[in-house]
Amino acid sequence: MTLGFYPGCSLKGSSREYAESVLAVAEAFDIHLEEIKDWNCCGATAAHNMNKELSLALPARILSLAEKQGLTELVVPCAACYSRLTVTKHELSENPALKAVVTEANDLAYTGSVNVLNIVQMLDKYIIPNLEGKVVKPFDHKVACYYGCLLVRPHEILKFDREEDPQSMDALMLKAGATPIDWAFKTECCGAGLSVSRTSSVGRLSGKIMGDAKDRGAEAIIVACPMCHSNLDMRRDAINSYLGEKVDIPVLYITQAIGLAIGLDRKTLGLQRHFVKVSV
Amino acid sequence: MAEFEPKIVAFVCNWCTYAGADLTGTSRIKYASNVRIIRFPCTGRIDYMLLLKSFDEGADGIIVSGCHPNDCHYTSGNFHARRRWIMFRSLCDFIGIDTERIKFSWVSAAEGAKWADIVNSTVASIRAKGPYTDYKKVAKYPEKEVNHG
Amino acid sequence: MSKIGVFVCHCGENISSTVDCEKVAATVGKYDGVAFSVDYKYMCSDPGQSIIKNAIAEKGLTGVVVAACSPRMHEPTFRKVCAEAGLNPYMCEMANLREHCSWVHEKGEATTEKAIDLVRILVEKVKYNQSLNSIKVPVTKTALVIGGGIAGIQASLDIANTGHKVILIEKDPSIGGHMSQLSETFPTLDCSQCILTPRMVEVAQHPNITLYTYAELESLEGFIGNFKAKIRKKSKSLDEKLCTGCGLCTTKCPTKKIPSEFNEGLGNRTAIYVPFPQAVPNKPVIDRIHCTYYTKGKCKICEKVCPTGAIRFDQEDQIVEVEVGAIVVATGFAVKRPDFFPEYGYGKYADVITGLQFERLASASGPTLGEIRRPSDGKIPEKIVFLACAGSRDPAKGIPYCSKICCMYIAKHAMLYQHKVHSGKSYVFYMDIRAGGKMYEEFVRRAIEDDGVNYIRGRVSKIYEKNGKLIVSGVDTLLNAMPVEIEADMVVLATAGVANEGAEELAQKLHISYDPYKFFAEAHPKLKPVETNTGGIFLAGSCQAPRDIPESVAMASGAAVKVAGLFSQDELTREPIIAVVNRQAAPVYSSCVGCFLCVSACPYQAIEKEEIKNRTGDLIKSIAKVNPGLCQGCGTCVAFCRTKSIDIQGYTHEQMYSEVMALLNEY
Repeated sequence: MTLGFYPGCSLKGSSREYAESVLAVAEAFDIHLEEIKDWNCCGATAAHNMNKELSLALPARILSLAEKQGLTELVVPCAACYSRLTVTKHELSENPALKAVVTEANDLAYTGSVNVLNIVQMLDKYIIPNLEGKVVKPFDHKVACYYGCLLVRPHEILKFDREEDPQSMDALMLKAGATPIDWAFKTECCGAGLSVSRTSSVGRLSGKIMGDAKDRGAEAIIVACPMCHSNLDMRRDAINSYLGEKVDIPVLYITQAIGLAIGLDRKTLGLQRHFVKVSV
Repeated sequence: MAEFEPKIVAFVCNWCTYAGADLTGTSRIKYASNVRIIRFPCTGRIDYMLLLKSFDEGADGIIVSGCHPNDCHYTSGNFHARRRWIMFRSLCDFIGIDTERIKFSWVSAAEGAKWADIVNSTVASIRAKGPYTDYKKVAKYPEKEVNHG
Repeated sequence: MSKIGVFVCHCGENISSTVDCEKVAATVGKYDGVAFSVDYKYMCSDPGQSIIKNAIAEKGLTGVVVAACSPRMHEPTFRKVCAEAGLNPYMCEMANLREHCSWVHEKGEATTEKAIDLVRILVEKVKYNQSLNSIKVPVTKTALVIGGGIAGIQASLDIANTGHKVILIEKDPSIGGHMSQLSETFPTLDCSQCILTPRMVEVAQHPNITLYTYAELESLEGFIGNFKAKIRKKSKSLDEKLCTGCGLCTTKCPTKKIPSEFNEGLGNRTAIYVPFPQAVPNKPVIDRIHCTYYTKGKCKICEKVCPTGAIRFDQEDQIVEVEVGAIVVATGFAVKRPDFFPEYGYGKYADVITGLQFERLASASGPTLGEIRRPSDGKIPEKIVFLACAGSRDPAKGIPYCSKICCMYIAKHAMLYQHKVHSGKSYVFYMDIRAGGKMYEEFVRRAIEDDGVNYIRGRVSKIYEKNGKLIVSGVDTLLNAMPVEIEADMVVLATAGVANEGAEELAQKLHISYDPYKFFAEAHPKLKPVETNTGGIFLAGSCQAPRDIPESVAMASGAAVKVAGLFSQDELTREPIIAVVNRQAAPVYSSCVGCFLCVSACPYQAIEKEEIKNRTGDLIKSIAKVNPGLCQGCGTCVAFCRTKSIDIQGYTHEQMYSEVMALLNEY
C-alpha cells in the first residue's frame, strides 16, 4: 500500500529522526510512503502573516503536485506543515476566487482531492488496527502526551480531537502499552519559533511544561511535532536553568515510541540523535 | 407609435406586501399605474398555475411578493413560496416562458417606498422587453438541452 | 344569476380627485350580473351605509362590491352593513381604489381605467363567493400547567384565583423546581425557601388546583379550548391516601448512598425518599432504579416498618386523561453538565462545582447546613474563584447566548462566601457584568466595594490541580492581558443555562416551536412573549430562555391572564377563512387521493387523516380533513394539493382564477 509523504523542512534537517522513525514504522506495516517530487516550503510560520495568497499558494502547490503524482492521501508528520496544508484546503474550498488566483500563480491544476493526514491520524487509521500482534516490547512507561498548539487547532477547520484536553495521542500510547498520565500542559505553548531568537523565553515556557510532567511522574514525553521536540529536547539547558534542577526526562516522537514497542532497532528510529539521552 | 404599456399582475400576500402597498398609498408615493394587485392570504397560497394562466390570458409581466423570510404571518408560507418558485423557475425555463418577466420579491408592511420601486422597475424592464405576445411569436422550443440551473 | 351591487366611494376627494368615480360606476353598472351601481361621496358614513342597506333590500342583491379604501381599513365595516341588511357578510368584497389607485397615480384616463379594472376583478370574484358562517369553538375552562417550579406555581395560583380549575403536573416527586434549591435570592438576600414554601403549600391546598407530582405529559391532542391530554402518573410505589408522611420508611431504608438530586449530588438520599424536608406533597416515592427490592428481589423493609401499610410494590404507572382548554408550559431549564469543560476539570476535580451546587452548600438546609465546605475533604476554602460565563457567550461551545442570571448569582455567591468566611478571599472572572434590573447594579457594587470581592475582567483558559490546590490560569484584560494564576481551594462555574433534556420531544408533543437552542419559541419576541404559535398554549419562565425569578413570575402571571381571558368566553369565534377538503357523493366521496402532502405543508398541524368507511366498517379510502379549530387560513396546503381537492374559503380556486381572467380580458 502506498501513501503520499510530505516531509517538509524539519524532517530533512533538525528532525531527521522523526522522518526515520515514521518511515521505519510505516515499512514495518508494509506501507510505502512516496515522497512528493519537487516539494516546496509549506510557508510556515511566516507566510500567512505577510501575504495571504502566498501562504495559500505554497501549500496548494504541494497538494497539486500530490494530485499530479496520483496520490489520494498525504501523510504530513510535521504539525506546522499539517496545519498549513489543512487550512489551505479549507480556504480554497470555501473561496473559489482565491482558488483561481492560487491555481494561476502555481500554474498547476488543483482540485482539493487529496486527503491530508497528520501522524496521529495516520497511525490511528493504518497502524493501530494491526498493532496488537506486533507489539513485542510494550512501551511500559508513564508518558506525558504533549500535543502543542498546532496539532489540534483550529478546531473549526481540522475537526480533529477536542481542542482543550485532547485525547488522541493518549489513546494511541495506551495501545502501545504505555500509561498516559493526566496532566495540565497538553496544549500549552512551548515557545515555538522563539527557539533561536529568545531562548530564555522558550526555557520558561517549555520549563513549565517539563516541570508539570516531572511533578506528575512522567518517564517520557511523547510529541508529534518537530518544533515541540526541539524546544523540549534541544533547549533542555534553558529549561533546566529555569527549573533550577536537572531534568532528564527524554522526549520521543510518537513513532519512535511505537517503533520501540514493535521491536525496531534504536538506531533505525534515530534515538541516538537526541540531546537528552533516551534511557527508556 | 404610443409607448407600450405593459399589463402587470401582482400576486401579493395580505399581511406584508398588500399592507406595504397600502403604505405607499398613505405616503402618497406615485408609481406606474400598470400594475393590478390580487390579494392572497399568504404567498404560500399562490398556486403558480395562476402565473401560467396570467401569461396565457395576456399578462406581460408578473410580480409575486410577500413577507420577508422569517416574518411570515403564518410562520412558513413564504418559505414554501420561495422553494416552489425555485422549482417553478426551472420549469418555466424548460417550457419556454421568459422567467425575467416574473419578479419575485419581499416587501414588508413598512416598505411603502420599496413597493413603488419594485413596480416602477418591473414596468420599465417589461416595457423594454415588449409585449408577451411578441415574445410568444419568436419563442421556439429549444433545440438543445436547456440548462436547468 | 348574480345580482351584484357596486358602491363607488369618492372618499371626499381622496378618490374622486384622480379617478372619475361616476364613470367607474356607470361602466361597471353595464357588466353582466351587476344589478345596481352607484357612486357616493362618503360610503362609510351613515347615509352611505343606508344606500347599501336599501339597495340590498330593494334589489335583492346577492353580492356587494364596495370600491373605496383598503379592505384592511373598512372591510369589517361594510361586512357588518351587509349582515345588518340580511346579506351574508362574506358576500361583500372591497376594491381598493384609494391606497392602490387614487393616491398613487396621477389624474387621468389610465387611472380611471385601473379603477374600473380593480372593481371588475372583485365583481367577478364575488360571483363565486359563498355564504360563510363564523366558526364557534367551545372552551373547556380548565387549564393544564406543565412544570411545578416557581413559574408553574405562580401561573397555577393566578389562574386558580380567577375561579378556574387548574391541573398542575410536575415530573419530580415535589413541586418547587430550581428555586427550592437556592440559598438566598438576589438582590435582597432573602431566603429562597422562606418565600417559596408558602406558595407551594397554597398550591397543594387550593380547591381549584389538582396536583399530580411524579407525572409527565404522555400525549396531547386537540386545539385551543379543546385539548385532550394524557398524563402519565409514574408509580410512586405508594398508596398516597394511606401514607401519613411520617418518614419512618426513609430512615430505615438500607440503601442510603444515592446521590441526592436535590442537593446536586453533594449529599445522599435513600431509595425511598422525600426530596427535601419542605417537599409538597411531603410523601415519599421509591426510586426503582436503586431500590434493593426492585434490583435484587428482596428487602421490603419499608413495607415492614410502615405503620399504615401504604407501600405498594406492584403499583403500576397510571395514565390519566384530562380535557383542558389552555396549557401553560413552565418546564424550566437545566445547567450544563460534566465533560463540557475538560479544560476546567469539572467532574475530574471534586472541588470544581457548579453554581447550583454552591447554592446547596450555602443553603441552611443543604448538606453542610449552610457552611461553605469543599466537597473533597470538607475543609473551608480560604480562596475561592468564581467563573462567570462557563459555556455561555462561547460560540465554540455552541452557546453564543448570555445565560442572563449568572452575573447576579455569582455576585450573590461571592457575597455569601465573604459573609460566611470572613478571612477568605474570593475572585470573580468575568467577561462583562450584566446587572440590568431593579437594584441589580447596586447589588454587584456592594459585592465589590463592601464585601471586597476581587473582580477580574478576563477569561480562564484552564484549571488544573497541583499540590492540592486548583490552579486557575486566566488573563486580566484590564491589565493589558496580563496572565493571572490563582491557587484556589475551590472553583465555582457559572455554567450555562440550557434547555431541558427532552425539551424537543415535549415541543413536538405540544406542537409548539423551539429555537436552535431548544428553548421554546414565543409567538412574537416583543408583543407576544408568553404566547406560542399554537393557539391556547402559553409559556412561562425559563423554558423560553434563561430567566431570573422576578421575570419568571411576571411571565407566569402574564400567561395566566391570557388563560383567564380565553376562559372569559364560553365560545371562541373565528373567521371562516379556513381550508376545506372537498366531499362529494359516493362512490367518489372526495377527489382527495390521500397523498397527505398537505399534512407536511401545514404549519399548524391542522390537517389530519380521515377514514371513510362503509356501513360494515370497511375502509374505503383515507382522505385529508381540516380541523377548523386549528386552521389559520394561510392556504399553503391549497398550493400543495396535486388534485386541487383542498381549497380555502374566501380565496378559492374559482375566485382567484376568475379574478385573473377578469383582469386580463377586456370586457
